[in-house]
Amino acid sequence: MSDYTFFPAWREQSLGRRVFLRVSAASAASVALIAAGCSDSTPEPVTSDPNLLTLPSGDSGLLYYAYLLSLAQTTLYQKAVDVPPSDFTATDRSVFADLRDHAIVHRELFRYFIDPAGTAVLFPTDFVFNLTSFTLTSRAGVLAAAQQIADLAAAAFPVLLTLFTASGTSQRLMMLKAGSVVSRQAAAIRDLLTPGSFASSNVVDSTGLLITKTPMEVNTALAPYFAPYVISVANLAVPV
Amino acid sequence: MDFFKIIDDLSKVDADVLGRFDSRRAVFGSLGNIAKRSALAATPLFLGALFQKAYAGTTSTPVEVLQYALTLELFEQDFYAKVKASSQYAGASAADKAAIDQIKGHEDAHVALLRTAITGLGGTPVASAPFKSAVFAGLTTFAAQLGIAQLLEDTGVRAYKGRAGELLGTDLLTVALQIHSVEARHASKIRYMRGQKPWVNPGDDLAAHPVYTSGVTGPTSTTSPFGYGIPAYTAASPVESNTTQSNVPITTGLGATYTAADAAASFDEYLQAAEVLDASRAGGLVGA
Repeated sequence: MSDYTFFPAWREQSLGRRVFLRVSAASAASVALIAAGCSDSTPEPVTSDPNLLTLPSGDSGLLYYAYLLSLAQTTLYQKAVDVPPSDFTATDRSVFADLRDHAIVHRELFRYFIDPAGTAVLFPTDFVFNLTSFTLTSRAGVLAAAQQIADLAAAAFPVLLTLFTASGTSQRLMMLKAGSVVSRQAAAIRDLLTPGSFASSNVVDSTGLLITKTPMEVNTALAPYFAPYVISVANLAVPV
Repeated sequence: MDFFKIIDDLSKVDADVLGRFDSRRAVFGSLGNIAKRSALAATPLFLGALFQKAYAGTTSTPVEVLQYALTLELFEQDFYAKVKASSQYAGASAADKAAIDQIKGHEDAHVALLRTAITGLGGTPVASAPFKSAVFAGLTTFAAQLGIAQLLEDTGVRAYKGRAGELLGTDLLTVALQIHSVEARHASKIRYMRGQKPWVNPGDDLAAHPVYTSGVTGPTSTTSPFGYGIPAYTAASPVESNTTQSNVPITTGLGATYTAADAAASFDEYLQAAEVLDASRAGGLVGA
């Protein structure tokens, strides 16, 4: 839990009761799946939720997971470019135009690997990364939101990359190349908000290593913004 | 093999087992197991899992990969130590000094971490990789020092990518990727301090430097000057202005069209060890 306490937006997040129950149901399902692996008992069937979106297993699920992370980034960066806060500087605008462009390239390449034909509908048409809980009318608000999402994505990659199977080598390589650009983005955003914080101790530990997050942790952090939909990463490989 | 069942059984005899899996200490506690796994790395199963077929045929062990990483970290550490001892640094702003201090602190931590890991695997860590004093003396301004810092950090980002595939199947991969991410944050900061965009792009003032291209100008070698083996160099790595990823032309192959600059800047390319250690790049700056 304490992992998220440095994100003010996370603390302020108030989940509606309906949403909370859904999130709880997903958590319960995850626990049931883990429990199934831990004992010899057969898991009980889980009642299906029409808003529950379960990512597939294997490399495909990892691509969906990366796609969702870049969807979060592109939605936020696009909004900052389209409706910049009045106190956004020329530098801010230029940086966010690049952030938007590069995150879109990542998103579309991940999408290409999920569905090379480009014809599949990956998510329900009203599925969005919801920005309403962010304060996007001030520079500080936009940068705080961007820092939260960029740090989350940067923390996801070092774990995500280890979960690909041997069959996905070119996909892993592509994602390795995108991952360090996301790190660069996170550092740049941090320094715009708080000069000198590009690699401060809440993102890099005392041994000089980036503090990482598992798919489960990232999914929990993103959950409020995908409501009423609930993403399940229970099928994704678990870091060992 | 039912992994969770094993943990479940372990937890019956060792209540702290889950804690052990999570702690940093445990990463090094389990290095003995990694040493055993490194023997497995010679099997086709692991070779087949390499990132890039150019690396096929390598006989490097995880220890050799770590020695290479340690060499680069020692090199960066010495460079920043020289910066901090310089009059140019003394005259820099407090904010710039703080950034250099933090980056140097991370390089120190990386050196300590990699030394511990190499020793734990039974290796003898590379002793030193100094930045050439004569070259450093020619960096007469703080801005000139930062220019080299950018080249070193961007090299680091490329270099970790170039060897990550050889650590697949070991716990060391995550550690290497964590360091890789931190190097990218350093590069972003140094670039910003220099008035450059935080990401490698064709508009960089240093875009033409060999650090951002590929290929070697000297003879290829399967042994490094530092006493450990490096993979044979068989084909040039992609250049940083590359706009094709995994056979997909980014500018035109993703539905909409994207500029070559965006296509290139969206991805950092890898660089193989032979390229990094070539005289045109870091190899030419290491020495007494």
